[in-house]
Amino acid sequence: MNKSASITTGGTFRFGLLLLAMPLLLWLFLLVILPHVDLFLVSMRERISYGKYEFSLINYIEFFAEPLYWNTYVRTAVMSIFATALTLIIGFPVSYYIAKVMRGKGKNVLFLMCLIPFWVSELVRTFGWMILLRESGVISNFLQWAGLADGPVEMLYNDAAIMVGLVYTSMLFMVVPLVSVLDSLDDSLIEAGYDLGGNTFTVTRDIVIPHAMPGIASGCIVVFMLTLGNYLTPNLLGGKDSLWFTEQIYTQFITRFNWESGSAFGFLLLILSSVIVWVGLKLSKQTLSETVG
Amino acid sequence: MIPSIPQPKFYKGLYSTYIALFFVYLSAPLIVVGVFAFNDSLFPSMPWEGGTLAWFFGNEDPYIGIFNDTKLLESVGVSAFVAFWVTVLSVTVGTCNAFLFERSKFPGKNLLYIVSLSPLVIPGVILGISILVFSNAIANGIEEAIGWDLEFLRPGLFLVIIGQFAFVTTITTLVISARLRKFDVSLEEAALNLGATRRAALWTITIPFLKPALIGAGIVAFLMSFENFNTTLMLVGSDAPLTIAMFDRLKQGSTPVLNALSLLLMVVSGGLALLSVFVQRDSKN
Amino acid sequence: MADQFDLECRNVVKTFDDFTAVNDISLAIPKGSFFSILGPSGCGKTTLLRMLAGFQAPTSGDILIKGSSVLGVPPNRRPVNMVFQHLALFPMMNVAENVAYGLKRRGIDKQTIAKKVNETLARVGLPDAGPKQVNQLSGGQKQRIAIARCLVLDPAVLLLDEPLGALDLKLREHMKVELKQLQHEIGTTFVYITHDQSEALVMSDQVAVMNAGRFEQVGAPQDLYYNPKTAFVAGFVGESNRWTGTIGSGDDNKVEVILPTGGKVLAKRDAHMPLVEGQNVEIFVRPEAIAIDGASGAENTISAKVENVLFNGAASSLQVRDVATGQEMTVALPQTGAYASVRAGDEITLGWTVENTRCFAANQSGAGA
Repeated sequence: MNKSASITTGGTFRFGLLLLAMPLLLWLFLLVILPHVDLFLVSMRERISYGKYEFSLINYIEFFAEPLYWNTYVRTAVMSIFATALTLIIGFPVSYYIAKVMRGKGKNVLFLMCLIPFWVSELVRTFGWMILLRESGVISNFLQWAGLADGPVEMLYNDAAIMVGLVYTSMLFMVVPLVSVLDSLDDSLIEAGYDLGGNTFTVTRDIVIPHAMPGIASGCIVVFMLTLGNYLTPNLLGGKDSLWFTEQIYTQFITRFNWESGSAFGFLLLILSSVIVWVGLKLSKQTLSETVG
Repeated sequence: MIPSIPQPKFYKGLYSTYIALFFVYLSAPLIVVGVFAFNDSLFPSMPWEGGTLAWFFGNEDPYIGIFNDTKLLESVGVSAFVAFWVTVLSVTVGTCNAFLFERSKFPGKNLLYIVSLSPLVIPGVILGISILVFSNAIANGIEEAIGWDLEFLRPGLFLVIIGQFAFVTTITTLVISARLRKFDVSLEEAALNLGATRRAALWTITIPFLKPALIGAGIVAFLMSFENFNTTLMLVGSDAPLTIAMFDRLKQGSTPVLNALSLLLMVVSGGLALLSVFVQRDSKN
Repeated sequence: MADQFDLECRNVVKTFDDFTAVNDISLAIPKGSFFSILGPSGCGKTTLLRMLAGFQAPTSGDILIKGSSVLGVPPNRRPVNMVFQHLALFPMMNVAENVAYGLKRRGIDKQTIAKKVNETLARVGLPDAGPKQVNQLSGGQKQRIAIARCLVLDPAVLLLDEPLGALDLKLREHMKVELKQLQHEIGTTFVYITHDQSEALVMSDQVAVMNAGRFEQVGAPQDLYYNPKTAFVAGFVGESNRWTGTIGSGDDNKVEVILPTGGKVLAKRDAHMPLVEGQNVEIFVRPEAIAIDGASGAENTISAKVENVLFNGAASSLQVRDVATGQEMTVALPQTGAYASVRAGDEITLGWTVENTRCFAANQSGAGA
């Protein structure tokens, strides 16, 4: 790795560079590129008999022929977009408060408080929501105690519960980029906006949000992607009827052992995720490196 | 808006209330998980039956505490084993990548950089199945060609480690690159100028400078691996890491032993989180 | 009475916890003048300016704009506008949108806005800059746009917070002249804060020298330079040889100051400054007030040895040492080029008048410039 720091004679330089690049190339080719190529190839074949396969589009045709599949697909996409929007709406004022209203020590403390829940596994967080929302759970009991409900209320296993869990689990990935982008907004721009006659609404619309756009884009992209690919939260909070597309993939792979169809589903999810990420980047005029880097 | 802009008291109060509610929302699930670890009831739910430490230390069926629950303890061991290897591999490769991307020029560098970011935008489930499909294809190919059954290419801990490594490495690369970017190359040149060899300059100047990032990346890698679910779910064999074991218990409906375990996890990862924050903060000074 | 002033401060005080940033400042700025507040960093000048703009509220005292109090008026409703230290041009808008921003907030119709924006851009000499992005502008152009953005609103007072600080030296010199001309042309009252004495002296009609939350002296630039009222002003404005000593004998017009080196200097006695024998004082002599070869009429004469020649074109000077006492001092070389042949090691005679030797009681705090 030392050779690369400066220009050395051709031969040794090339060799050193190659040595340094080896782990990267192995990682990317063996674990990222080739597996996805293979996934694509598997999705394009049909099992004829044991160990015999043929090229076929049957897996994709099946997907479109079976309403359950593409309904789940569309539902997952729509719910993910909704969850992303909700996360943004809830997270933006909080990020703004941390970045622009708080000063000094309190600011760091509040920011850390935002982060700490997310160092705990998603499983534990979802478990917490189950205890809160279930029929015999904390909120149901509280409502009965307060006289707002006559009997136990089941709040688990519906779309609202899924949404609560998804927004909760995504919040970190929205708040962190937003806080960092809002932190970089010079106070004097806001002051200048007021000085020139703006009010809270116009300054937010004309100055704060345009400035925060890169953070909003990267937050939304990451949140959307994670939500789309989530399995735990819909599965545990939504129960049997959660109808999340990752569950279909799991079923095809593990329960039915139909890898061909599972691969096709996986590939479709990957396309959906990539297209929406790409559209998001285009709309916000960002690049991938800026967004995650 | 900001403190220098005068705002009505009512508006400020409303805003503060919103922030307070947000933190209630943020902390509520974690608090109930922790509190119900001490509930003397067979289920982690209301009503409150009085306090007990049985879910930590109990060993009489059905009150099996976490410290006597062999299955869960084993899965903690499995997770630690996986996380250890993922950390070692991803920090090593991430360091190489950082030097490659920050210090050298070669054709196709930008493209490689984009590709190495891509694991972040591939859903974990898909990363899992693609590695599953590919390793299975290799295993089958080898078996057909020379008749060896390479067991480690079938679902199991090796694949779990490989699968987690595949995306954790992107994170470690980003963390270490960010630090390396801030390194002033003239420090290294000064060391060379003072008579150090290239190797010595690297070990005495550059690596110590990177140390906070290496530790930070290591902690993040360990936690990400320890808590990973999606990729692991697709690659797991007979030895279940903790998240998988807990998931199975949750689906079946478990005793509050899971709360006890979760509470311990919270304490440990909270501690690690603070540690990494302080390591990173020191590096800024 | 108050109406002839665009801006007035009455006993304004601002404290933060136990720190007093602005301590009982009163000022009245006449219509159409260029008023500067000059002081070292941390003297409270930025706090004062931000109170004028409305970003901070005074702890006590009153601020009046065009004769009426603006306490409690939020910044977006004050008839003053501010050019920020780093200009605060909105990077998410182009130049025309930046200039139009305040007009839009007033709900003015599009045609009028477009017309006013064009007029203002022309007035600051950038008629074609409208469609440009902010980052396409040079430092000086950004400056002008930041000013145009305020001027288009026709403010009662334009506040400027060290806007030249970020520019390089050459451009700063140029912008000084340009700003002064611009202010002269449009006739808006400017309140300009800076720590750079040359900016304040070149541009202003009136300068207030501020130190530790208070005004040390308010006056025309010439006044501050030739008749400093405090040791701080004498030290902060312009270059000076600065010595400490004690008062010896003296009369109504002059006093003898004994330096620690044993040398004696005759200094002017200011009528309003009581000085008694044995008192510790500081004396200030400007390098250009010291004549080489002992011009006639100089009450103070010494012979000195040249230690260094600091050649800097028209601002060249000599570092010399008094042969008798070893006292060091700096002497300006005349801009005529006379004495260009003086070399280190030469011995020369120096002389300066009592009139040019200012003497202040030493207990006054103050940093030298």
